[in-house]
Amino acid sequence: MMAGSAWRSMLSQVVARSRRTSLSSASFSRGIQTVTLIPGDGIGPEISTAVMQIFEAAKAPISWEERNVTAIKGPGGRWMIPPDAKESMDRSKIGLKGPLKTPIAAGHPSMNLLLRKTFDLYANVRPCISIEGYKTPYTDVNLVTIRENTEGEYSGIEHVIVEGVVQSIKLITEDASRRIAEYAFEYARNNQRASVTAVHKANIMRMSDGLFLRKCREVAEGYKDIKFTEMYLDTVCLNMVQDPTQFDVLVMPNLYGDILSDLCAGLIGGLGVTPSGNIGANGVAIFESVHGTAPDIAGLDLANPTALLLSAVMMLRHMGHHDYGNKIQTACFDTIRDKKVLTGDLGGNSKCSEFTAEICRRIQDLD
Amino acid sequence: MAAHTAAMSMSKILHPFLGGRLGNTPRWLLTLLPPPAKYGGRHTVTLIPGDGIGPELLNHVKEVFRFCCVPVDFEVVHVNSAVETEDDINNAITAIRRNGVALKGNIETKHTMAPSVKSRNNLLRTSLDLYANVMHCQSLPGVQTRHKNIDIMIIRENTEGEYSNLEHENVSGVVESLKIITRTNSLRIAEYAFQLAREKGRKRVTAVHKANIMKLGDGLFLQCCREVASDYPDLTFDSMIVDNTTMQLVSKPQQFDVMVMPNLYGNVVSNVCAGLVGGPGLVPGANYGRDYAVFETATRNTGKSIAGKNIANPTAMLLASCMMLDHLKLYDYASMIRNAILSTMNETRLHTADLGGQGTTSEVVQSIMRVIQSKGSLTSEL
Repeated sequence: MMAGSAWRSMLSQVVARSRRTSLSSASFSRGIQTVTLIPGDGIGPEISTAVMQIFEAAKAPISWEERNVTAIKGPGGRWMIPPDAKESMDRSKIGLKGPLKTPIAAGHPSMNLLLRKTFDLYANVRPCISIEGYKTPYTDVNLVTIRENTEGEYSGIEHVIVEGVVQSIKLITEDASRRIAEYAFEYARNNQRASVTAVHKANIMRMSDGLFLRKCREVAEGYKDIKFTEMYLDTVCLNMVQDPTQFDVLVMPNLYGDILSDLCAGLIGGLGVTPSGNIGANGVAIFESVHGTAPDIAGLDLANPTALLLSAVMMLRHMGHHDYGNKIQTACFDTIRDKKVLTGDLGGNSKCSEFTAEICRRIQDLD
Repeated sequence: MAAHTAAMSMSKILHPFLGGRLGNTPRWLLTLLPPPAKYGGRHTVTLIPGDGIGPELLNHVKEVFRFCCVPVDFEVVHVNSAVETEDDINNAITAIRRNGVALKGNIETKHTMAPSVKSRNNLLRTSLDLYANVMHCQSLPGVQTRHKNIDIMIIRENTEGEYSNLEHENVSGVVESLKIITRTNSLRIAEYAFQLAREKGRKRVTAVHKANIMKLGDGLFLQCCREVASDYPDLTFDSMIVDNTTMQLVSKPQQFDVMVMPNLYGNVVSNVCAGLVGGPGLVPGANYGRDYAVFETATRNTGKSIAGKNIANPTAMLLASCMMLDHLKLYDYASMIRNAILSTMNETRLHTADLGGQGTTSEVVQSIMRVIQSKGSLTSEL
């Protein structure tokens, strides 16, 4: 029989714990969630401002924390991202990044590589959906490429064996292959996609791609509701340019993913309209625009914020805010389809701010 | 046979004076040598049926050749993809060494077998040192495609790179695969590409690479291309990263002229280009080495799902056989068959299912033979 005060303290503890859990889920669905914003270089700051304005118009429950990720030399001489940026990302777990400049002779590795290593961003996801107002020779494209982002051909391990003979090592591990396959099937299930196709070249690279394929098959056993197929890389390329509608979710190692994701971006109109997300271990996810910094139009209010905006929509869906995501995406696609207010690269001659204002206006009309 | 060996020894004698940076017989000298395995006015060519649609398409090739009275005899060598020993493929390689020229279908690589069982097609290419894979993609007026006016020549290094077949598992669960790039082979393929571009009157050669990531490997390839380019000031040389290349190919393929690249990127780019001009049934491919040449379809598909149904497109294999006839210097026969194929494709518009038509393989072949007969040349019974 507990004493009265002990009983009351235990009860208050239980109530506090339940309130805390409900508060954290509320912050996920009803409260404001913090997102680390990395504006980037060149046109980065102006398109980030555009995205923030659009989110405000949509009243999305996001609060932005701007951070800079210029590389600094940490203790021990290793290059790292600034500690305040790392701390912000670890806390918020979600990031939105604009284009980053890769200086040629700065002595430090590319910033994208540094971010990838810091947060173990193992999956690069690119949904490629045809944009109705932006005509390309390919219509009705609706596929997602999921690329393993840590190993494969991009391990960076190269040696000169003798003068004139170079060997590059492609690394495939069981763990990384299983992890990316599991992510692909989870993504397919969470986003109501019907099939997952593993892309490989196991007829030539028998052991390495063979291992990747085996892991995909094993993981597929646990997801019987999703159809699993496997296809050679060359057959995928051949069929992709003839009929991209036959593909749904594609999962593959690093190099093939690089080539195929850019191929699919080309199908829907290029890097200026393609969203991209990087998923890491420990629940971290960074969504980014994959185009360059465009230094020639930086600061002139001519940039197209579509890529960053669609990545931000991907981010909203990842966080569970499907309704806000759909609203913003509909407004953006309607604006492009209408063709009245378009930036230069989309074929119009409006400014970035006008394009943004038009999208904000449509969002308010949708409410 | 004797003429062949005499010619080979002649090239060896002249070779010290004309070696240059390659140390190989220059192409212009090769064109003076008679094609091998010619006896009594007839050539012998090795035929490897392969799997899937290979056997039926090659039968059609034999049919057309017999109809046109082409002076070519085929030595058929079967390669069984289901067995683990390499005897079959070694027999095929010996036959090709003997005859110098081959026409082949694709041999399947079964995944259920152990990783030590290597791809038979790859073994053939590396044993015979067929270092250049050449593919010419052209838009055909009779074929409906999304992009028009495409005319790209793709030259792909065929023996090394990612296809070196060097893999090992040092630690359980961690597999390493080696990609080898050598200066000799890169120089050789670059030299081939520029020579071919000059011969065909092309203006621009683009090297496709990923040297921003694979700095040493693809960096070496790019450097070799640049060195060779300096010897050809009449041709423009530029380079492009492979992911940007695929993006440009699907949006503006007309900007490309001649492209040269290592093995794997060649695989991707050639399949993308084949898809852009109408599919795997249309484009022929050739594998050239110093001493041997093997002709096949450009995208090397077995076509297992359409085998035996009489719906495969015979165009690619027939055009490959025309390329073979050109190589054997039987130019008249080659143009006769080629014109008939193009006329069926573009004027009669008899298309198989892969091009959206209703024709069967045999109907297309019959139509081709009818066009040849109508031209009035000497043929056998239809």
